[in-house]
Amino acid sequence: MIENKPLLRRAAAMVLAGVARAITGVRPIWQGCAPSKRQRIYFANHASHGDFILLSTCLLPEERERTRAVAGADYWRKTRIRHVLARDLLNTVLVERNWVEREQDPMVIMLDALDNGHSLIIFPEGTRNMTDEPLLRFRSGLYNLAFARPDVELVPCWIENMSRVLPKGAFLPVPLLCRVIFGLPVELTPAEDRHAFLDRARRALLELNPEHQRSLNHG
Amino acid sequence: MAETIWLFLGLLGILTAASAVATALSWKSTRKGDVLPSTLANLNSRIKAWWIMIATISIAFLFGKGGVILLFAFVSFAALREYVTLTHTRRGDHWILLGMFLIIIPVQYYLLWIEWYGMFSIFVPVYCFLAMPALTAISGDTERFLERVSEQQWGIMLSVYCLSHVPALLTLPIPGFEGKGLLLIAFLIATVQGSDVLQYVFGKLFGRNKVAPKISPSKTWEGLIGGVISASLLGAALYWLTPFTPAQAGLMAALACIMGFFGGLVASAIKRDRGVKDWGHMIEGHGGMLDRADSLVFAAPIFFHIVRYFWT
Repeated sequence: MIENKPLLRRAAAMVLAGVARAITGVRPIWQGCAPSKRQRIYFANHASHGDFILLSTCLLPEERERTRAVAGADYWRKTRIRHVLARDLLNTVLVERNWVEREQDPMVIMLDALDNGHSLIIFPEGTRNMTDEPLLRFRSGLYNLAFARPDVELVPCWIENMSRVLPKGAFLPVPLLCRVIFGLPVELTPAEDRHAFLDRARRALLELNPEHQRSLNHG
Repeated sequence: MAETIWLFLGLLGILTAASAVATALSWKSTRKGDVLPSTLANLNSRIKAWWIMIATISIAFLFGKGGVILLFAFVSFAALREYVTLTHTRRGDHWILLGMFLIIIPVQYYLLWIEWYGMFSIFVPVYCFLAMPALTAISGDTERFLERVSEQQWGIMLSVYCLSHVPALLTLPIPGFEGKGLLLIAFLIATVQGSDVLQYVFGKLFGRNKVAPKISPSKTWEGLIGGVISASLLGAALYWLTPFTPAQAGLMAALACIMGFFGGLVASAIKRDRGVKDWGHMIEGHGGMLDRADSLVFAAPIFFHIVRYFWT
C-alpha cells in the first residue's frame, strides 16, 4: 500500500491537471521569469480551493512533481476524507495555523520540505480571501522562509479568475478561462525588515493583477 | 455522396495551395536572413489551425447528425466560456452560471437530436429568458442586477441559441433534398468562413478606408466588398451542395456573409468595450473560439429561417 502512494499521487496529479485544463483552459504567463528546475517558493493570491491545482498545472511536469502546496491543517484534518485527500492524493504540506493550540511549528515543517528538495506553493494571506479587496495583508511566514533559505527563489504568481470558477462553499466549478501570471522573483535585501519585505512582496504580487494595471492606466 | 467527396477534395486542394503559398512566402522572406514578419507568422499559424479545424469538422461529419450536434455543443461550450469570462459575475450567480453550462447547452442540443422544433425554437428565448432572472432574483443579490442578467441572456443567445441553428439545418424537411442536410451545413460554413478569409485577404491587399475605425482597425470597405462579392461567387459555384439554383445560392451566400460581417463587428465592439484583443487563445493564430465563430453566430439563424420559410 505504502509503495503505491507515489504512483497514486502522480496519477492524481495528472488527472487533476487534465481536469483543470479542460474546465479553465489555464495558461501560464511567464511575465517576470521563465519555467525553471530551480528550487522555488511560489507565493500566490488565494480565494479558492482550486488555486494550488491551477498553479501546479502551469508548471513543467518534473517541477510539478516536486512542488507541494502548504495548506491549513485545521481545515484539512477536520474530516477523514479531507485528511486522506490532502496527505495521499494532493501531497500537501499541512501546517497548523492556530499558534495558541499548535503542537508543531509550521516553520519547521516547511523548512523540512524545502530541505528535502521540494518547491513550495504558499498563500501568504493565510486564508482564502472572501473580501472585495484584491489581496489581504501578508502573514510573516514568507519573510521567515526568505530569511532562512536565501537561495530559494520567491516567485509571485497571480491567479486570475479561479475565485469565480470555484468560490468558497461551491462544489461544482463553473468553466471560465483562467491564467496564472508569474512575476519577477522577489529577493530579501540585507537592510530590509520584516514589515518592509512583506509589503514589497505583496505589492509585487498585486502589480501582476491585470485589473490593478488597468485601474492604474485609467486613474 | 459524390458531392461529399468533391467537397472534401476541393477543401484539401485549397488548404494545400494555401500552405504552399505561405511556405513559399516564408521561405522568400527569411532567405535573406531576416526574421519572419509577424503578419506572415500569423498567416502560417492561421493556415495550420485551418487544417485542424477542417479535420475536426470532417470527422464530425463522418459521424453524421450525432457528430455534428456534439461538435456544435462543444463550440457553444467554448464560446460561452470565453464570453462569460469577460462578463461581470458575482458569487450569487454561481448556480445560474453552472446551469448555463450543465443544463441549457445539453438541453438545447438534445432538443435538436430528438428534432422537437417547437421546443428547440422557444426553450432559450422563452423559458430560459424568464427563468434566469427569476433565479438570480431569488439569490437575493441585487448589486448590478440588470447588467448581470442582461449579460447572461446575451451570452446564452449568442453562444448557444444562435449557434445551435447551424446543426438545426439537419432537421429541415426540404422536399427533394432528404438526407443531404450535412451538405447544407457545409455550404453555410464554407461561404461564411470563406467570406472571413476573403475579407482578410482583400483587406490586406487593398484595404484603405475603415468601416468603423472606432471598433476595428482591420475591417475596411475594400475588404468587406471584395470579400462579400467573392464569397457570393463561391456560394453560387457551390450550388450543387444545396437545394438552391446558382443564383439563389449566390444570394443566400451574400446574405450569410453580410450577417457574418455584422457578427464580427458586434464581437469586436464587445471586445473593445472589455479592453481585450481576442476572446481567448484556443485556436492558434485566430484567437478564441468566438473569434472564429462570431460570423456564424449571426449568419446561422437568419440562413436557417429563410431556408425554412422558402424551401420547406
